[in-house]
Amino acid sequence: MNWRWLRTKRRNEELKEEVEAHLWLAEREGREEGHAENDARHAARREFGNVAMAEETTRDHWGMRWLDDFRQDLRGGVRMLRRSPGFTLLAVLCLTLGMGTNAAVFSAMEGVLFRPYPMVAHQERLMALVGTSRGDSEPTGISWPDFLDLRKSSTLADEMFVSKIMGTTLSLENRAETLPGSIVSANYFDAIGVRPMLGRGFLSGEDVGSNAHPVVVISYDLWHRLFKGDPEIVGKTQRLNGVVHTIVGVAPEGFHGTFVGWAMQFWVPASMEETFEAGGYKLEDRDARWMETFVRLKDGVTRQQAQQEVSAIAARLAATYPETNRGRGMQLWRLWQTPFNHARTLLPTLELMLVVGLFVLLIACANVGNLLLARSFVRRHEMSVRAAIGAGRARLLRQMLTEGLILAGLASGGALLVAYLSEHALVLFFPVSAGVAMYLPGELDWRVLCACAVVSVFSTLLLGLFPAVQASKIDVAAALKTEMAGVVGGGHGKAWARSTLVVVQVSLSFLLLVGAGLVMRSLQQLRGIDPGFSTRSVYVTPIALNGTGYDAARAKNFDDELLRRVRALPGVESAALARLAPLGVKSYSSSVIAADGYVAPADEQETVEYNEVGPEYFGTIGIPLAAGREFSKADDDNAALVTVVNETLAAKYWKGKDAVGQRMQVKGRWMTVVAVAKDSKYESVREAPRAFFYVPLRQNFAVSTTLHVRSEESAQALSAEVAREVKALDADLAAYELVPMGEVVRRATASQQAAVKMLAMLGGLALLLAAIGLYAVMAYAVSQSARELGLRMALGAGQYDLLRLVMVRGVKLTVIGVAVGAAVAIGLTRLMGDLLYRVSPRDPAAFGAAFVVMIVTAVAACFLPAWRAMRLDPMRTLRSGD
Amino acid sequence: MANEKYKSRTEILQGTLDLLILQTLEWGPRHGYALSKAIRTNSGEILRVDTGSLYPALHRLERAGWIAAEWKASEEGPRLKVYRLTAKGKRQLRREVSRWERITEAVAGVLRPAKQEVEP
Repeated sequence: MNWRWLRTKRRNEELKEEVEAHLWLAEREGREEGHAENDARHAARREFGNVAMAEETTRDHWGMRWLDDFRQDLRGGVRMLRRSPGFTLLAVLCLTLGMGTNAAVFSAMEGVLFRPYPMVAHQERLMALVGTSRGDSEPTGISWPDFLDLRKSSTLADEMFVSKIMGTTLSLENRAETLPGSIVSANYFDAIGVRPMLGRGFLSGEDVGSNAHPVVVISYDLWHRLFKGDPEIVGKTQRLNGVVHTIVGVAPEGFHGTFVGWAMQFWVPASMEETFEAGGYKLEDRDARWMETFVRLKDGVTRQQAQQEVSAIAARLAATYPETNRGRGMQLWRLWQTPFNHARTLLPTLELMLVVGLFVLLIACANVGNLLLARSFVRRHEMSVRAAIGAGRARLLRQMLTEGLILAGLASGGALLVAYLSEHALVLFFPVSAGVAMYLPGELDWRVLCACAVVSVFSTLLLGLFPAVQASKIDVAAALKTEMAGVVGGGHGKAWARSTLVVVQVSLSFLLLVGAGLVMRSLQQLRGIDPGFSTRSVYVTPIALNGTGYDAARAKNFDDELLRRVRALPGVESAALARLAPLGVKSYSSSVIAADGYVAPADEQETVEYNEVGPEYFGTIGIPLAAGREFSKADDDNAALVTVVNETLAAKYWKGKDAVGQRMQVKGRWMTVVAVAKDSKYESVREAPRAFFYVPLRQNFAVSTTLHVRSEESAQALSAEVAREVKALDADLAAYELVPMGEVVRRATASQQAAVKMLAMLGGLALLLAAIGLYAVMAYAVSQSARELGLRMALGAGQYDLLRLVMVRGVKLTVIGVAVGAAVAIGLTRLMGDLLYRVSPRDPAAFGAAFVVMIVTAVAACFLPAWRAMRLDPMRTLRSGD
Repeated sequence: MANEKYKSRTEILQGTLDLLILQTLEWGPRHGYALSKAIRTNSGEILRVDTGSLYPALHRLERAGWIAAEWKASEEGPRLKVYRLTAKGKRQLRREVSRWERITEAVAGVLRPAKQEVEP
């Protein structure tokens, strides 16, 4: 190859020399004939024709031209782009935004869905294990005994481990802070292949027993924040939920545990479960399905094969333990469908982001294609001349492609920057609960880079080819003759192509606007949902006595005293304790229930969730009672067992009868219904009405509770007062801030809010790009048809006629685009499925708003060019000809 | 406008340029400039070789082996590339000349009968 290139190079130099000699001879002769030196040189040059052209075509005959050409194209392309910096900047900006959006979306998707846990080994073989129950589509957790049996019997799983999110409160910088942590099986760190940077992981056997092994591995982050990076930390102790734990290890930097959404701060073995989980000791309870479990399959094992084995084992367990496992199964889910962390909530949003990102890229490509096309008309003259003196069509094509490549190359750089800057931007879309470290992974790695490269090559081809094909179609003679034709007036061939691009842009933007509108309407609907309890004037805050050394008797005293003091605070109307506040992350207790006079169909074993609540609860939180009475102080351990059911439950078990006075069996104990509460929302604002009931806190005591306060005071003032009362009762306790119920509801709609923010942002971006595109087309059309407009003016058209002429054309394009967009939107918005709530995919308000926004934008984009047309000086435009 | 500079040029029929170059070189070796000048002079200033076509043609012919080139120093100024006809080129010239004569005869034949019909 090398010698060939050398030969080509020598030949080119020789050719140059030959041409120089020719010019020199011609010049000398010209001088002899008496021309001035300058004239002679010019004459010689003229005589010769296009020197560069001659060199170019001559070189053709010696082959090996492409490398030469490429370098030339590259140089020429850079020169062209530098000559029109405005165009270049605009094009690169459009592409950067389009590609950057995609790179960012790819990195978020990649991070959250496919490789969610930094540093964890073999995530591609990792699956989530969930429990199923007959007649219920919602997955459940896994119980510890089932987990042990499964692990013992499974042959296809490489590793099986538990990682259950929980939390504790620590005083960091004098503020109570909730730290998320994990209860894990002892094999956890070995199974995920993460070695603690200091100390050790857990030893086998440390996950056996009741509070038997108070050891903890802390995160790198916590090690720094709480212990100032103490190198001698291993062996020291820390009180967690009141129990003194020995710190046995520090996790490496960058390891955030195995939960999409939060960065875990500490890990304890399963034997410490009752210190951190409500509901007592559960390691021997096959009915307590509380665990979040992962399975790593052996290399080469498919999910189907593993699922068969898991199902067989689950069936065996159901046969062996019918009272707890009848109708129960287990399923392996793909990691990105993991139901017990944020992966599942994020999935629809991420899918939407991917589609929207592609739309924005398409719009950006259409924009740049439009700009290139506009320029290719301006450069048509150059192209025609080059074609006339013999430049091949392929050569012209290549020139244009090279320019596209340069643009895409520049934009790729910009896109990477955008992606890098928005690496963790996903977090920004989510409202964060106070004091908790949110973590959503998004790393720029080779996969993202590859995706980015594919996108950029795709855009280049799209960008470069279109104008190039247009240019190569140039009919030389015709192009030279009819260089300038009116564009504003009618559908001249090339104008058609540009108009099509604008229509595409407008329709895609319209689609995005409709999407944004629909999601916004859904959020509105969600906000409009009556959760069934008061969102105003009610505050909640956790009272975490769990494991702080309080036994039930002491906790009961504390509760009584706290309630007495809080109720006495100025401005407090009422206060009550309940184990859980609605719409929280912790799970309710649940039980299989049976009711007097109700015969369950065979095989049905309905599990219903319930909350443990104290006196004055319903009045405080604002859930009205349809019949009956509140729990009172009298409903304590010594009194008859009672319960309050909700309307859905009452309607199912005692249809047409008065539920008050009926009996219901919960965990084997019979209780009398004393009231029927109105339905409300329990876990999610979007849930359908479902059966639920309440039992008195004192008859089903839980040490850790949530304080509910009804007051007109501000959250801040109330927080300070409650904190003072808590401190007065126990100086060792730190209080949390009080959270208004309205805020609780807002947090529960996080994924909708995220979708709204994201769609609004990208929709705005798309609108901006479309406006730029429309503006560019109209501005170009006006500048190219100045002569036609001038003629019209000369023939008596008024300024406003011209204004109208230009505006009408712009608006016409927009309307066509909107019509196309609307047709597509009607077909596509159905696919938004889960993100829409009580909003028709064809919601007229969303379509109407999108229409108005689009038209207003179009009018604004067309106005400047139209105004310019209006101000044309007819004489000048006519005289200047072209 | 831009196309004007092309109008005045007398285009040389594609393929004829080769013939002109080969024929001119038969009278003796020449460099490119002398060659274009000779063609112009010998045609009575009617045929002007577009230099943009001349050098590509020269290199094409060189590659085909019909002409050979040699660099020669000039008394003053740059060295010159001088072309001469090869034996192969001479044979090609014969073929081109006879082809040309056949064409001109054919064209003349087309033009002549029309006159004969009018004259008798």
